[in-house]
Amino acid sequence: MTTDLSTTTVNAWRRENGRVGVRNHVLILPVDDISNAACEAVANNVKGTMAIPHAYGRLQFGEDLDLHFRTIIGTGANPNVAAVVVIGIEPEWTKVIVDGIAETGKPVEGFWIEQNGDFETIRKASWKAKEYVHWATELQKEEVPLKDLWVSTKCGESDTTTGLSSCPTVGNMYDKLLPHGLYGVFGETSEITGAEHICAKRAANPEAAEKFMKTFQAYQDEVIEPFKTSDLSDSQPTKGNILGGLTTIEEKALGNLEKIGRTSTYIDVLGPAETPAKGPGLYFMDSSSAAAECVTLMAAGGYVIHTFPTGQGNVVGNPIVPVIKISGNPRTLRTMAEHIDVDVTGVLRRDMTIDQAGDALIDMIRRTANGRFTAAEALGHREFSMTKLYRSA
Amino acid sequence: MTATAHPHLLVHHKADNVGVVVVEGLKAGTDMLGVCTEDNSDFRLTAEADIPIGHKVALKALAEGDTVIKYGEDIGRMVGPAELGGHVHTHNLKTKRW
Repeated sequence: MTTDLSTTTVNAWRRENGRVGVRNHVLILPVDDISNAACEAVANNVKGTMAIPHAYGRLQFGEDLDLHFRTIIGTGANPNVAAVVVIGIEPEWTKVIVDGIAETGKPVEGFWIEQNGDFETIRKASWKAKEYVHWATELQKEEVPLKDLWVSTKCGESDTTTGLSSCPTVGNMYDKLLPHGLYGVFGETSEITGAEHICAKRAANPEAAEKFMKTFQAYQDEVIEPFKTSDLSDSQPTKGNILGGLTTIEEKALGNLEKIGRTSTYIDVLGPAETPAKGPGLYFMDSSSAAAECVTLMAAGGYVIHTFPTGQGNVVGNPIVPVIKISGNPRTLRTMAEHIDVDVTGVLRRDMTIDQAGDALIDMIRRTANGRFTAAEALGHREFSMTKLYRSA
Repeated sequence: MTATAHPHLLVHHKADNVGVVVVEGLKAGTDMLGVCTEDNSDFRLTAEADIPIGHKVALKALAEGDTVIKYGEDIGRMVGPAELGGHVHTHNLKTKRW
């Protein structure tokens, strides 16, 4: 590519805290499952807002509650969100969410249903939502460096073509953009199994390597060992992976790791939905390999564009983060092209190099940041899935 | 590169003993063009089965107990045989991890 990536710019929103957002959502955010209906009613009243219903938020405790709060707060705090109306059943946890989001400096206000009922809550919240929509729709985009974006990755419905084409495409993008100051993240703890020794070697420092191995081992000890029945061969690889030709978790893991390229190294290991705190560079996030859960966690960590390699054709999207789909599988492009943003089938035909595929992805990131809807956005994929660590009280 | 030079089979690494079918509808008996992505070297191999796109082909005769190498790394052990040019998948390959 002749483009100088250090000076490439996009038109996007610079938020109160300096972060760059590529979408301008006004969110109606439920604290808990029983506030979903009120949030959906507000979003129906006021066009240009979006409710993101979810299944949890009651009777959670300890680390699981911390993760719930971190995910909800992080979603509201994400730079792709201009302003937030928060609705919960009662005032105290609602205030926890509002205060967390308010740290970004963006407009946020909370409402609660007890002693108001749905009607009164919806009435008050709708007025606030309308005020936010008028305000947000007048915010102007500005020219910002491409390198100021935070770009996450996770692959899904992988097959052997992802390891050959779409995953190394993402890796090539990271190898090119990270040196300019981009924030990146990869994760999928279960999907590193069989390549953990290689992943540990890709740490930028011994602390990050140690933290990765600790995270990986904790997952084995706390999740796999207590809950496995025979082995994981019936779910990891998935049935879709197996149809696509992947046979073992080791094979899947090696393809997965192609997403961090040849030269990129990770500087720290994040907990689920945790925001990076060690400056620009690549991070590993402890996360599920389930697509919607993983993208939700990375969005809550502050990432504004997601790059998603798929082989067999995972259709996932996210309510606030554009998910760019990359595929090199010619059958998938033939049968479900409406889901794919970047076609890298040329890599398998050997008439497109990984270097060219990486450039095509960087160009799609630039266009997406400038406002192009991804396939998932156009098709209305808004999967918002909370990760739960254990049963509620 | 002309259309006729498109490979049927891609191999990640020189040390690999399996490759991946990258075309749809591959039939037994096809004289496959294989390419190793590591160094762009090519070779020919006859497919011994109808093998779906994305599925693996043995680059040498593999016996039960053999370690399968892909990306230059261990991806599991053979639990049944595969002839040269034969199909390698869940029926004859299993993880060593679980």
